[in-house]
Amino acid sequence: MSYTLDQKQLDKIEDVLKTELIDNGVRCVFLIDMAGNIITNLDNGEKQHDIYSLAALAAGNFGAVSAMAKIIGENEFSLLFHKGKKENIHFNKISSEFLLITIFGNDISLGFLRMKVSESVEHLKGLLEPLSRDQL
Amino acid sequence: MAFVNLKNKLIQVKIVYYGPGRGGKTTNLEYINRRFAQRIQSEMVTVKTHGDRTLFFDFLPFDIGLVNGFQIKIQLYTVPGQVKYDATRRLVLRGVDGIVFVADGMTLRRENNIESLRNLQENLASYKKNLRTLPWVLQYNKMDLKQQGIAMMPIETLEQDLNQEFRRPYYPASALEGTNVAATLKKIISLTVESIRKEFL
Repeated sequence: MSYTLDQKQLDKIEDVLKTELIDNGVRCVFLIDMAGNIITNLDNGEKQHDIYSLAALAAGNFGAVSAMAKIIGENEFSLLFHKGKKENIHFNKISSEFLLITIFGNDISLGFLRMKVSESVEHLKGLLEPLSRDQL
Repeated sequence: MAFVNLKNKLIQVKIVYYGPGRGGKTTNLEYINRRFAQRIQSEMVTVKTHGDRTLFFDFLPFDIGLVNGFQIKIQLYTVPGQVKYDATRRLVLRGVDGIVFVADGMTLRRENNIESLRNLQENLASYKKNLRTLPWVLQYNKMDLKQQGIAMMPIETLEQDLNQEFRRPYYPASALEGTNVAATLKKIISLTVESIRKEFL
């Protein structure tokens, strides 16, 4: 089974990611599905990452952590955060099928990032919901 | 679960190499990585144990160019073959569009092949998928070992054990030497893309 997103849907999604995240100082953001496919990715032009490998690993990582959650009696961990010296990665689940990943530097506080990610997720849920219901 | 991006005219397709431990799944991807270097724009990703066994998966993105005006990006994955890593195998199978089942041709591994195929069916069922409807092919690997006097199963035995019910395309191969690795890959890509084309394009 496959699913599609057209130009209008993708433009709306990218608009949310740009105004909420990239314009607020996030270096790179990508929306992926749990199979590891990239729905869309945006960056601030500073750095290029190997996004396909990142997406594959991110989906696997999120799946592994969800399985860990179940073992300890949690339904899920809906967000994950990895801290580096210069770069940090934040994962936030949007629905059972989609995941939002942001890469950001130390110039943004985690609290601010979480607030912006959470606002974006609310917008994205609305945009992706028809898809989850009909196609997936 | 292929994703069709109508804005960029891009389709992402997930193909998983499945099979028993030490059967040659990673060796297939390593050969593809060397042989088709010009189609691969990034490093092969491997998550391995210290003993060089696949712990989580190997990942290799592979561009095949345009089909009906769409750029097709094939994402190749392997699973860990060892029995104990069933949870990670199931994770990697999520959203799979096509499968290569890499069977070990050594007589010694007969039961491992049968068990791994049964495990594949169980794991697919957890995603409401099955081997009757999904595109997949078989590869009977390690055929080069015959020359070294190692006991190998005849193709008929492998066919009877694994493919009698399904009648899918199969390839006697040597992942180490590269024999039929490309043929296996071409076949699974063409079957998978055809199935997505029927659905969408």
